[in-house]
Amino acid sequence: MSVTDDMPFRVPIWSRLRRQIAGYGFLSPWLIGFFVLTLGPAMSSLYLSFTDYSLMSQPHWVGSANYAQIASDDPRFRAAMNVTFTYVLLSVPLKLVFALAVAVLLNKGMRGLNWFRAIFYLPSLIGGSVAIAVLWRQVFASDGMINQVLMTLFGYEGPSWIANPSTAIYTLVALAVWQFGSSMIIFLAGLRQIPQDMYEAASIDGASRTRQFFKITLPLLTPVIFFNAVILTIDAFKAFTPAFVISDGSGGPIDSTLFYTLYLYQEAFTNFRFGYASALAWVLVAIIAGFTALSFLSAKYWVHYDD
Amino acid sequence: MTSLTLQDIKKSYGNIDIIQGVDLKIEPGELVVFVGPSGCGKSTLLRMIAGLEPISSGELRIGGQRMNERSASERGIAMVFQSYALYPHMTVYKNMSFGLETARMPRAEIDSRVRKAAEILQITQLLDRKPKQLSGGQRQRVAIGRAIVREPSVFLFDEPLSNLDAELRVQTRVEIAKLHADIGATMIYVTHDQVEAMTLADRIVVLRGGRIEQAGTPLEIYNAPANRFVAGFIGSPKMNFLEARVLSSGGDLALDLAGTSVALAGYGGRGLEATASLGVRPEHLRVGSDQGADLGAMTVTHVEQLGGQTIVYGRLSDGQQIVATLDGQQSVQAGQELPLRVDLARCHVFDADGRRVAARAA
Ligand SMILES: Nc1ncnc2c1ncn2[C@@H]1O[C@H](COP(=O)(O)OP(=O)(O)OP(=O)(O)O)[C@@H](O)[C@H]1O
Ligand SMILES: [Mg+2]
Repeated sequence: MSVTDDMPFRVPIWSRLRRQIAGYGFLSPWLIGFFVLTLGPAMSSLYLSFTDYSLMSQPHWVGSANYAQIASDDPRFRAAMNVTFTYVLLSVPLKLVFALAVAVLLNKGMRGLNWFRAIFYLPSLIGGSVAIAVLWRQVFASDGMINQVLMTLFGYEGPSWIANPSTAIYTLVALAVWQFGSSMIIFLAGLRQIPQDMYEAASIDGASRTRQFFKITLPLLTPVIFFNAVILTIDAFKAFTPAFVISDGSGGPIDSTLFYTLYLYQEAFTNFRFGYASALAWVLVAIIAGFTALSFLSAKYWVHYDD
Repeated sequence: MTSLTLQDIKKSYGNIDIIQGVDLKIEPGELVVFVGPSGCGKSTLLRMIAGLEPISSGELRIGGQRMNERSASERGIAMVFQSYALYPHMTVYKNMSFGLETARMPRAEIDSRVRKAAEILQITQLLDRKPKQLSGGQRQRVAIGRAIVREPSVFLFDEPLSNLDAELRVQTRVEIAKLHADIGATMIYVTHDQVEAMTLADRIVVLRGGRIEQAGTPLEIYNAPANRFVAGFIGSPKMNFLEARVLSSGGDLALDLAGTSVALAGYGGRGLEATASLGVRPEHLRVGSDQGADLGAMTVTHVEQLGGQTIVYGRLSDGQQIVATLDGQQSVQAGQELPLRVDLARCHVFDADGRRVAARAA
């Protein structure tokens, strides 16, 4: 390219700089937040995970000792993994199925759609809050609503679902599924995207409603299902508030609701083993990253992208 | 081959009547084209025949059987959509076999039908592709293929060529005509392209505002349009409607057209009032010829050279616009005055309400 060709595109350096400064100026609230509140703490926790830091003393470098202990010699870590995986593997599929089912029903174009949408979405807005977790504890308590209903309907005297180690986790799964609203909204948007003539062609082809759902709707919805699944999985791994409130932060009974994040929290803020807790946090990051990577790898076998 | 009967078919959405009583009998193996301006109800009518839209009143018979209550898949029809409506997540093969699989046809038979259709349409090498990997014309073929494999007794097409470019449109049009000749099934074809209508149709049904304006063979429609609307709709450039004063209508009809008097035999006593319009197709106007009747002169305002034809736009002496299509490449300039002549036997007279006034046979 000759010099003269190049000239019109050359902007004086000072004016370019000034424009860039303006750009970064507008970005600065986010940039400051990112560096100070996200990247900084993340990096320092990565460092701390290789130390024995405990608030009281200076951190000492211990190499990979924390990770080694997590891997080989920590029964509570294993309990927490158990609880968390049970929770993820149950709550995510159930929530997906539930959200999709309700979305399909709502998409039939019923009256008052907007009302139903708002009502179903409400739990998603408030469901993660402490107040709702407290309410949930009441509902599943031995004299709670569930048992009162069981009593009146079947004369069955239910246990305290929350105090019972074999059922406690399921109350939390139920709480999670109850918050299907935001996934449902996304499914609804996805359903709206499917052109009507697809169904018309299918009905001329003789496909029943059921066949249309499994052969048209579901495949065309896979990108949305995939998106929801990934988001819900990450969220489920990070779940904290409900378990904390329901068990008063103990993860009990007998560690049956010891969510990973709850265990991490206890290590950090009850036992003040910040180094160890940091290592736990990074293990969780690795697990989530691994899960997400697996999801994306699997996507090419089942997710249909239109373009 | 199957006949179709529409008897006083009506459709309303709420209290808006979209289709206002259509009566039509379609013979077995006939290719009928619905034409009409946008919004006239062509698609609605087709979709009612397909079973995608409930029929508000009237009766639809296919092959003699009442079909109003039958579902789309039970009517023995196949439809090609304007948008193609191919299943994006299925291969071309799957797109074509889906309906047959739904009907639980044996694998071997499905395979032979799909391959046969693919061969007819020359898309065999595309069978493993997804619709997004196809060009518009190829998608169109797949959509037609999906219809063929069903071996329907009636094919329905809703503006199947409107998303194709001009060249491909002509090519596909020819192929559809060939397809019709080969398999001989009854076909209903919706378009608002009058060239498609003229070239494809055994019979054209011109619709306006949910009513049939006229049904007839392409040449019937061209030569004897029932009214101004039909006359203006078929033919390009469209027919000139020249407003004229009726001088006398007792014996021969005498018109005053911008100062030129025109006498038409055989129109006597047709109850024409003070004015009528004379319908003259641009291609029937002659310049620099001494055959035919004198229509006065036009002042040229604009000329279009199409190579094979020259289209001349101009005005009569009273300012009325007129268009003439001349054969070959004529050296005509804007501002020029051209004497016009026409064979009056090819002209039409429309009364003030736009109805064509037929001449008595001489
Ligand atoms: N679901 C509906 N509810 C109300 N009115 C409708 C509905 N569908 C179509 N219409 C109306 O019916 C009329 C006919 O529509 P239709 O689609 O049949 O026209 P068309 O002749 O196919 O036009 P085009 O050439 O533009 O495709 C239009 O005025 C349209 O607004
Ligand atoms: Mg239409």
